[in-house]
Amino acid sequence: MLVTACSQAPNAFNNDPLELVNRKTHELNKFIDSNFISPISVGYSALAPDPLENSLSNFSGNLSLPGKVVNNVLQLDLKAAGKNLSRFIVNSSFGLLGIFDPANRIGLYENSSDFGQTLHRWGFNEGAYIELPLFGASNFRDGVGRFVDMALLDPSSYILKEPVTTYRSVAGVGALLQARQIYSDQIDAVLYESADSYAQNKLIYLQRRRFQLKDEANEVYIDPYSE
Amino acid sequence: MNDYFNFRRLFVSGAIATLVAGPALAISKGRAIKLVESLVGEISLMINSVKTETELTSTFERIVAKYADMNVISRSTLGPRARGASESELRTFKKAFQRYFARKYSKQFLNFSGNQIILKDTQDRGKFFEVGASIIVDGSSNIDVNFRVSDRSGEPRFFDIILEGISLLASERVEIGALLDNSQGDIGLLSKNIEELG
Repeated sequence: MLVTACSQAPNAFNNDPLELVNRKTHELNKFIDSNFISPISVGYSALAPDPLENSLSNFSGNLSLPGKVVNNVLQLDLKAAGKNLSRFIVNSSFGLLGIFDPANRIGLYENSSDFGQTLHRWGFNEGAYIELPLFGASNFRDGVGRFVDMALLDPSSYILKEPVTTYRSVAGVGALLQARQIYSDQIDAVLYESADSYAQNKLIYLQRRRFQLKDEANEVYIDPYSE
Repeated sequence: MNDYFNFRRLFVSGAIATLVAGPALAISKGRAIKLVESLVGEISLMINSVKTETELTSTFERIVAKYADMNVISRSTLGPRARGASESELRTFKKAFQRYFARKYSKQFLNFSGNQIILKDTQDRGKFFEVGASIIVDGSSNIDVNFRVSDRSGEPRFFDIILEGISLLASERVEIGALLDNSQGDIGLLSKNIEELG
């Protein structure tokens, strides 16, 4: 297994046949971030009181839980499914429709999952690297996964009616802006302070994703002593 | 008789091999853990005592010089270009890189002042040991930091830090590689340029 990991190492970040297009998309994403998302997130966190920001993020996060339960089940991970479902029930009731997060206080943390992860569990490889407009770094498998999650596997979107769907969208934007602000140091360092932000962003995304999925077959390590 | 002799020779050479390889590896593992223990101790002390950013950077540079295999790390970030480089170019670059590295990464520790770091399991990865550690952040979101330790330069030193799956060495290879391109492959110029970064 070590040998496999070693021999894969040189290519593990090089599966990028779309690099030319990806780099253009990266510039577009940076343009959108630097002109809209980043400045708006600064304004949002300055104007909105923290409890309001947290409530919007909680509300949005809570409605995404049923979709996570679906993926837990598709992965036959019933323990995680039970955890996410309990979390959804606790926060929807005691947390007043998910505005508060009492589940966290009793140790019922979110078990993150998505259809890209499900595809990984089913044996699909990540495929070529893709930078998606607006959504950012991804790969072929997880890009498909993201689309399937949004279009098909989200029970909330089937059940909710207006005006709740609008509230949900607004809360989703709030959650995005809050996350942009919380991680602003790290995001700015990668996007605006590194010499090749495209390559750095790709490298970090692929490693973080493999770490999150415990994708050991694709784990890369550099042995600087044998260079 | 012949068989017996061969068997004995095999046994003896096996025993010698064990003497040479076995205990050396065992000592390495213990020493790898000791190295990280003592490194983590110094970092904890640093984040809980140092006040200003300049003080933090200089303290961290001292720690890095003591625990990291900076010759090997800095050389690796240059990629294939390191092979054609002269000794003095590599030495100058190493010094500049070490300062750049300390400036760039010492800031990260400010976020963890007051947090505890605990050591977890250590894995034998064949050519090196991976010592696992975790920064304790309340409950849900502990941060995994693994140290890759080797003694192939003579004494145990870490040559990579893996933060939540992200290799610092891999990041710096991409970063320094791009900066080296911007300096038209001139290591001397690169060494000057990175003095202003980080």
